[in-house]
Amino acid sequence: MVPVVYLDSTATAQKPRQVIEVMDHFYRESNANIHRGIHVLAEESTALYESARGRIAQLINAPSARQIIFTRNTTEAINLVAYSWGRANLKARDVVILTEMEHHSNLVPWHMLASERELRLEFIPVTVEGILDLEEYQRLCELNPRLVAFTQMSNVLGTINPASEIIRIGHQAGAVVLVDGAQSVPHFPVDVQALDLDFLAFSAHKMCGPTGIGVLYGRKTILEGMPPFLGGGDMIKKVSLRSFTPNELPHKYEAGTPAIAEAIGFGTAVEYLQGVGLESIAMHEKEIIGYALERLEEIPGVTVFGPTVEHKGGVASFTLKGVHAHDVAQILDADGVAVRAGHHCAMPLHQKFQLDATVRASFYLYNTLEEVDKLVEAIYRVKKIFRT
Amino acid sequence: MNRKMDDLYRELIIDRYQNPLFRGMLDPNDISYEDSNPLCGDELRIDLRVDDTGIVREAAFSGHGCAISQASADLLLESVLGKSLDEVRAVTKEDVLDLLGIELGPVRLKCALLSLKVLKAGVYGLGAGEANDDIVE
Repeated sequence: MVPVVYLDSTATAQKPRQVIEVMDHFYRESNANIHRGIHVLAEESTALYESARGRIAQLINAPSARQIIFTRNTTEAINLVAYSWGRANLKARDVVILTEMEHHSNLVPWHMLASERELRLEFIPVTVEGILDLEEYQRLCELNPRLVAFTQMSNVLGTINPASEIIRIGHQAGAVVLVDGAQSVPHFPVDVQALDLDFLAFSAHKMCGPTGIGVLYGRKTILEGMPPFLGGGDMIKKVSLRSFTPNELPHKYEAGTPAIAEAIGFGTAVEYLQGVGLESIAMHEKEIIGYALERLEEIPGVTVFGPTVEHKGGVASFTLKGVHAHDVAQILDADGVAVRAGHHCAMPLHQKFQLDATVRASFYLYNTLEEVDKLVEAIYRVKKIFRT
Repeated sequence: MNRKMDDLYRELIIDRYQNPLFRGMLDPNDISYEDSNPLCGDELRIDLRVDDTGIVREAAFSGHGCAISQASADLLLESVLGKSLDEVRAVTKEDVLDLLGIELGPVRLKCALLSLKVLKAGVYGLGAGEANDDIVE
């Protein structure tokens, strides 16, 4: 079997041995449901689950682990905000500001709520350079938005948005600010207190953890004021036949048996990333993306999208003239180079740049400069087959 | 480069992708249908002109997509010229794969069969959004 050059970490990251082992160990040695039962296994699994929460709180510098709500993924975290906070706080004609570079997960929940509540959705435009037009954002803020929701890093263009500034401007306009951290939290340090954000959503599987678990971080006062999301066990303090009292944070938003092994795996993934250091990971990716842009732009017919390396994380989306992205990806795959082809769950952004599909190579801590060379070699092979 | 890739991107497919014989639109037309593959964003429209006896006399496709989907559309339209609509309804998935002369995994199969899906939805007179994968099975 050909060793795979894995350049698709933006879709999902590979898992280190530690994560796989801790989950295996949990099922073999400690498996029990959490927050119920007094037997030793139940205590052990509860402790492991809660210590993972603590680890994640520490990673993003949350004031308290109670503000870390486990969800299935980023998508569910954003849906939680839309259903719970959105339904309780947004009414007809309220303005919600999003950006043109949102992933479907930070777009469709707002479409759904907008059609239910007749909200007005506005979008911060993306410039031809692939960055957000903040002057236009300032103008949009004169509409007194109730919510600003944006991605900290684009999964297509790789753009790292100036989160502090966007949050500050949003707050000045009186808006609550949600940050989609699916691509940022795995790749560089994100400090929720320094950023002063209200909500942050991210997924474990993009940061060396398992699938099926993600996080919603929320400002304490906001989380306490919101109605519960899903109803069921664990999210209640008291239940009678006709009513219930919701539990305290974070359990209020975690109905039913959660993904226990996954949460524990997530905690271990965070520990692993902290061991390497998020600063070092960011620097490593900067070096790789710098080299990749240089090499890709040398290839005749290749166009790379997105901003210059200063504003960019480890994502290179490109097209090859005369060859559809799908065909590029297929031939690259035959050479053992795994990339993604398509619209990367960001169809509006592709429509804006009038693209039907792009090829995306994305990089993480385990990728090397040699792998960029392999990518480039394989692209030349595509050109040969397609005689371009 | 392994052997499989050479087969998948055989000369005929690259040639039909780069120099299609049936690319374009027919206006007016007797049958026109379009659909897309949300997975890869391929979009395809097929227009047909059919004579009074129900024979396909002219055919054209438009839209965008990968080499497999475009070559498949071009070869498929060539094969249905001069056929009756009943014969077009009887075209199968295997017929299209025979035209392409390649074996495909499940993901690329969708690319190859988009043209058949659009063609059949058109001749069955389905409305927008009514075509589904069953039509080519």
